[in-house]
Amino acid sequence: MNKNTAKLILGISFVVALICIAVFGLTYLGLPGIFDEGAIRKGLDLSGGSLIVYEAQLDEIPENIDSEMDAVIVMLRNRLTTLGYTEAVVTKIGQTKVQVEIPDITNPEEAVQKLGSTAKLEFRDYEGTVILTGSDIVGANAVYGEYDNSGTAGYYVSLQLSEAATEKFAEATDRVKDLSSSGNNYIAIYLDDELQTSPSVTQKLTTANLSITKSGFTADEVKWLASVISAGALPFALKDIQLESIGPELGESALETSFLAAVIGLAIVIVFMIIFYKAFGVVSAISLAAYTAIVCIIIVTFKVNLSLPGIAGVVLSIGMAVDANIVIFERIQEELGLGKSLSAAVKAGFSRAFAAVLDSNITTLIAAVVLWIFGTGFITGFAITLFIGVIVSLFTAVFLTRFLLNAVIRTKLSDTKYYV
Amino acid sequence: MTILKNMHFDFIKRRKIFFIISAVVFLIGIISLIVFGLNLDADFVGGTSFTMNLSRPVDQTVINDVRNLVKDTIGIDASSVQSAGSNGTTVMIKTAEVDTENRDKLVKAIVEKYELGSSYTDYQVSNVGASMTKDITRSLFLATIIAVVLMLAYIWIRFDLRSGTAAVICLIHDLFVMLTVYSLFHISVDSNLIAAFLTILGYSINGTIIVFDRIRENKAKTPDKSFDEIANVSINQTFRRSIYTTFTTLITIVMIYILGVASIKNFAFPLIVGILAGFYSSTCLASAIWAFLNNIGGKKKEKIAEKK
Repeated sequence: MNKNTAKLILGISFVVALICIAVFGLTYLGLPGIFDEGAIRKGLDLSGGSLIVYEAQLDEIPENIDSEMDAVIVMLRNRLTTLGYTEAVVTKIGQTKVQVEIPDITNPEEAVQKLGSTAKLEFRDYEGTVILTGSDIVGANAVYGEYDNSGTAGYYVSLQLSEAATEKFAEATDRVKDLSSSGNNYIAIYLDDELQTSPSVTQKLTTANLSITKSGFTADEVKWLASVISAGALPFALKDIQLESIGPELGESALETSFLAAVIGLAIVIVFMIIFYKAFGVVSAISLAAYTAIVCIIIVTFKVNLSLPGIAGVVLSIGMAVDANIVIFERIQEELGLGKSLSAAVKAGFSRAFAAVLDSNITTLIAAVVLWIFGTGFITGFAITLFIGVIVSLFTAVFLTRFLLNAVIRTKLSDTKYYV
Repeated sequence: MTILKNMHFDFIKRRKIFFIISAVVFLIGIISLIVFGLNLDADFVGGTSFTMNLSRPVDQTVINDVRNLVKDTIGIDASSVQSAGSNGTTVMIKTAEVDTENRDKLVKAIVEKYELGSSYTDYQVSNVGASMTKDITRSLFLATIIAVVLMLAYIWIRFDLRSGTAAVICLIHDLFVMLTVYSLFHISVDSNLIAAFLTILGYSINGTIIVFDRIRENKAKTPDKSFDEIANVSINQTFRRSIYTTFTTLITIVMIYILGVASIKNFAFPLIVGILAGFYSSTCLASAIWAFLNNIGGKKKEKIAEKK
């Protein structure tokens, strides 16, 4: 076996190994194969889910907006965890916006409302004077049990007051209890300006433990309330300015059909290349297989969020990978037409075509990067896959193809007739 | 395919025809934009859309019922209610911006009316508020302008300013053709358009660069030839590549268009148009414009020389 046959076998083994890794994964490294369950991190448009963008409601932007937004993001994360959306992703957009992505969500509007609620807790007397606020509370728990003297049992929120607040509350109850003649001897508990309960006060209360009760409170509601009260109120109200919500059924078939489209497209391209470029076409088919395998491996390894436009980005970059080969092969055939030997033509073809291939790929990269930086939502996914695709295609279409081609032309297939 | 290989088609001689074709397309585009405008999606004008699978044929009766239900439930008129999806069991409702409580109410009302069950999730809601549309619109313009400027700068550095100008004119041509198609066919203009635009920005310039690369080489090889001749030779030498590449790129995108789901179809169609426009502009326009710019520039230089 001569050196070039060995090179060729090495190159093809490399490609086969890549395909195996892409399909079967590397179990000992924890890398799953592309077809394994959960290998692809699906975008919301494929898995179903919601994307919500909130904007801070502010008359003017305060100086400490950055730290306040960071606090808001932490609170949103806590709230998402409480609601059971542990897979959710929160990201800041610009200065006053936050984007929340929640996969596998069944009731998006409920999430929109709960996440965006300020959770401003206030105890008020009948005149509306605020007695206690959320910052007076040092702890809040969800409890099930009897919550009044008549023995009614149910879910309620148990609150622990700070020492100072206990005093304030004692004073207030002392004042309010004397209003029984006018029927105003109650303290109203408001959450986000919505009345929760207004228990009547008959005596001065010196306890540090209070409870928020409401008939019909469910376990989930109480847990949610306790959690948002302990986390504290948001520094400002959040308004949902964008919602994209997609049911899981709608996304399901999208990945399959796109995959099928890519496979058929790829097959036609390979047949086309072999018909028009013969042995060159076979080499470029091997490079294309390597390209597809590498892109799959990158998507799985780096958990690239694959959305529908993202798939389009991959498919489009397949086209570009082929383009680089076409430009190179055309050039080689031209050099052959000038009467050069096969190996001289291949050498000249690659060096002449390289500038054109590089320049055209760099301009595409410029578009991908700009899109990556300025795009929002699903478009970012497209930019990322296009970027990956172009970089990988430069490697496979130029370097891998050259390596294989240089080996092939020095084996038994050294006659020009196999190439033109 | 030897015809393509040893082609000697005089593109430059026919440049008037190509310019006229593009001018006509441009005119159609302007008229269409004035008469039909653009079917701007909520991404640009704000609003809410609901896409719900009702598991029953959405006929005129259902559409009317849904329209009334929208009015009764949230108190505003739907701007459009239509049947959607490949099997026509999906209804798409578009309204002005609706807040979360009312969105919830409407979904629940429809679920109840059509007995879709309490665990119904086969729907899609999209709501874009006014302040978000400003952001999206701004990022579209910003991204397009920055990308174009960066490409111009890159081509200027790697080639020259006239090549860069010609390439940018071709880019604008391609984007305008896409916009015309959006307008003529009433395709909803959403943020996918930004992605499609930038894909074509990146892709169509490939073709132009391949031709300009050849011009750069031929100019160095045969400096005595006229700009027109150099442009012509270069187009012919790269023509087969242009055809092949356009075909291979189109194949994959067309497959996506044929087999893909509705949302990806909306993305694939403008790409197909853009790729075709890109083929036309990079073969029939780019070099002609390049030669034209150089001829003008050359004459100016001669005049200056004469004066001296």
